[in-house]
Amino acid sequence: MVAHLLRLKLALLRNSLRRSPMQLIGLAIGALYGLGVLGMVLVGLAVLGTQGPGTIGVVIVLAGSALFLGWLIIPVVAAGLDMTLDPARFTTYSVPMTSLLAGLALSGFIGIPGAITLLASVGTAAAWWRQPVAAGAAVLCGALAALTCVVASRAMTAASASLASSRRFKDLSGVVLLVPLLFLGPIIAGVTAGVKDLQAYLPSLANTLSWTPLGAVWAVPAEVAADRWGLAGAKLAIALAATAALAWMWKACLAKALVTPAYAGNSGRSAGNMGFFRLFPPTPAGAVAARSLTYWLRDPRYSAGLVIAPLLPLVFVFAGSRTGGIGTLGLTLGLGGVLAAFLVVWSISSDISYDNTAFALHLAAGVSGTADRAGRAMAAACLALPLGLLYAVVGAGMAGTWALLPAVLGLTVGVVGSGLGLASVFSARFTMNAPLPGDSPLKSKPGNNFSAMLIQMAGFAGVGVLLLPEIVLAVVAMATRQPVFGWMSLTCGIVLGAVFVLAGIRIGARIYDRRAPELLLAVSADR
Amino acid sequence: MTEIAPHLTEPAAAAQRPPALAIRGLVKRFGTKVAVDAINLDVPAGSFYGLVGPNGAGKTTTLSMATGLLRPDAGQVWVHGVEVWGRPLEAKRLMGLLPDGVRLFDRLTGEQLVTYAGLLRGMDKDTVAGRVADLLATLDLAKDAGTLVVDYSAGMTKKIALAAALIHAPRLLVLDEPFESVDPVSAANIRDILHGYVDSGGTVIVSSHVMDLVQRMCGHVAVIAGGNVLAAGTVEQVRGGLSLEDRFVELVGGRNQGTGLAWLRTS
Repeated sequence: MVAHLLRLKLALLRNSLRRSPMQLIGLAIGALYGLGVLGMVLVGLAVLGTQGPGTIGVVIVLAGSALFLGWLIIPVVAAGLDMTLDPARFTTYSVPMTSLLAGLALSGFIGIPGAITLLASVGTAAAWWRQPVAAGAAVLCGALAALTCVVASRAMTAASASLASSRRFKDLSGVVLLVPLLFLGPIIAGVTAGVKDLQAYLPSLANTLSWTPLGAVWAVPAEVAADRWGLAGAKLAIALAATAALAWMWKACLAKALVTPAYAGNSGRSAGNMGFFRLFPPTPAGAVAARSLTYWLRDPRYSAGLVIAPLLPLVFVFAGSRTGGIGTLGLTLGLGGVLAAFLVVWSISSDISYDNTAFALHLAAGVSGTADRAGRAMAAACLALPLGLLYAVVGAGMAGTWALLPAVLGLTVGVVGSGLGLASVFSARFTMNAPLPGDSPLKSKPGNNFSAMLIQMAGFAGVGVLLLPEIVLAVVAMATRQPVFGWMSLTCGIVLGAVFVLAGIRIGARIYDRRAPELLLAVSADR
Repeated sequence: MTEIAPHLTEPAAAAQRPPALAIRGLVKRFGTKVAVDAINLDVPAGSFYGLVGPNGAGKTTTLSMATGLLRPDAGQVWVHGVEVWGRPLEAKRLMGLLPDGVRLFDRLTGEQLVTYAGLLRGMDKDTVAGRVADLLATLDLAKDAGTLVVDYSAGMTKKIALAAALIHAPRLLVLDEPFESVDPVSAANIRDILHGYVDSGGTVIVSSHVMDLVQRMCGHVAVIAGGNVLAAGTVEQVRGGLSLEDRFVELVGGRNQGTGLAWLRTS
């Protein structure tokens, strides 16, 4: 039975690759990336081996604990990341519980993250090349650690399953996860800056962790190397107990989940709240805009972008605060705002892919290309313009760089116009494998994003070209400090932005009118 | 049948009403598989027309092509004399469509979704608001009108999709598997609405693989299998004295003739 489950997982992987060569390329790139990381880790470990056993122990315990923590946390916040072998699908087959658990646990190693974790964990033996006994212990403990990681992630998934079956939780968690991810750079920068103070603190942190389930298993080889067999045994016992406890928790949750079908209760709410439909004109284009704006706020796949975009300028400010002073703050905020506005307007380039087959309603209703394109562009503009303008003005106000404001405003308005125009054409021409409605915004099917990436890059380059006049004028304005260039950039942004958005909607509408059934067919293949 | 003559789109056809739906030589291939193989079909105006066939017979593909959702490889389709692929916007105004296996904009509330469908068709705001309230009340969805469609049950989702198909009072209603996962009470309500609609001169095409339902509900029926029309006409003509189900099995074939699963007998 365990072998059956493993074969099933392999067959699913193989069939998904057979569906498109692009997936194969994507998987190959993912595997190369994974192997690169693995290689770097192994080399790092071997180099680490030249240090004293104390240092090796501290580094491995800290890194291992972090890895374990990652496996614990990610499944909770990114519910349904990899559900190829969703236990719920085995409900109707009476698979013995122990076989199911073993099969699911081992299948966790089929896949890039699982395989890399296993190899890297076992590879910690490389750091102990000067102490063969410790190296042997590291191989065994590494295997145990990798298994614990997989079991932990499965247990957390099963435990959060009842919570995650509520749509609201799923919607929210996917978006919330993105915030710390976004600030990862600044956090790491902050940590490395304070690393001097940390150096004294790290060994004691490692020592504490080594007595907790997080770090115990990683600390065993170090104790073996130091000939402290009693401590090694104690820590191994903690690790085994942790694995056993997690496995038991997983089993209990799974047993409960298998007999309790997912049910998301809802209480009826009567009519009356029309939301954005009240604010937009009652025309086809207005309706599309109202619907799109509703989706920006209600669909996590859109609102994730809407959470990230406004935070980006702040990330830049963190990053920039190290190098420049308050003088660059205004510009950083303003340019960050330009980028944020661009991210928002560009996301409509995959609008129809996000609609998936719901797009059939537009087709059945005979919506004209102009109404469809204009509505979607209107909704994105309603969000992107205020966002970009706000950052430009706040940045200028905080740093007192009012002279540069027109240049930044020119860029903002220009990027919204050019971006919307080009995105309107792109979304009528290309569809891509976007996360399906209701999926986590982070979910991407294994390696299908290669062609999408090429299209995206072409789009970025295209917007860059369209925006060139504003960019040149803004740069000149900043270099020469002559306000006249700033005002020219603003004028240019308004005029060119308007021209490009209108032209983009027109061209996009013509393509849409010709290809709408083909667009529906393309998104139907992906459901 | 009540003869409420709708205004005719083609003066030349004034002597004879054009069929509500006319299909000629419709072909669709997916790779090497021929899904629809040169189908011809006439659906008379004012009829309640059933489309039956086994799974994978090409019902949904045919209806998708007939309603302008899927471009045919060859062939033509007319709705009340308007060519669907030649004048799509005009043809789509005449049709209401409930597709099967298609998502909805389910992050809208039920009320918003039906309103959206109306506004997309360019209807004015007040008419839309009035009809939305009527539809929600008739389909027994009024108390869940403010709930997101994603939180609806399968049957409620079917009903809200039906409301979205009816909002612009089409002359031809194309329903792909409309009764799947709908509870018996709602199904009866929907049947009443459809019968009333046909009595007032509208035309309904329903695809289904529930033979009993088609025999009781429809006046006309076409049997489709393997991408071909095997029989078409009034239900009486097609079934020829047999029950529709027996006639269907006779036409389509594929019944197992052996002794079956001998080991499955419990005694």
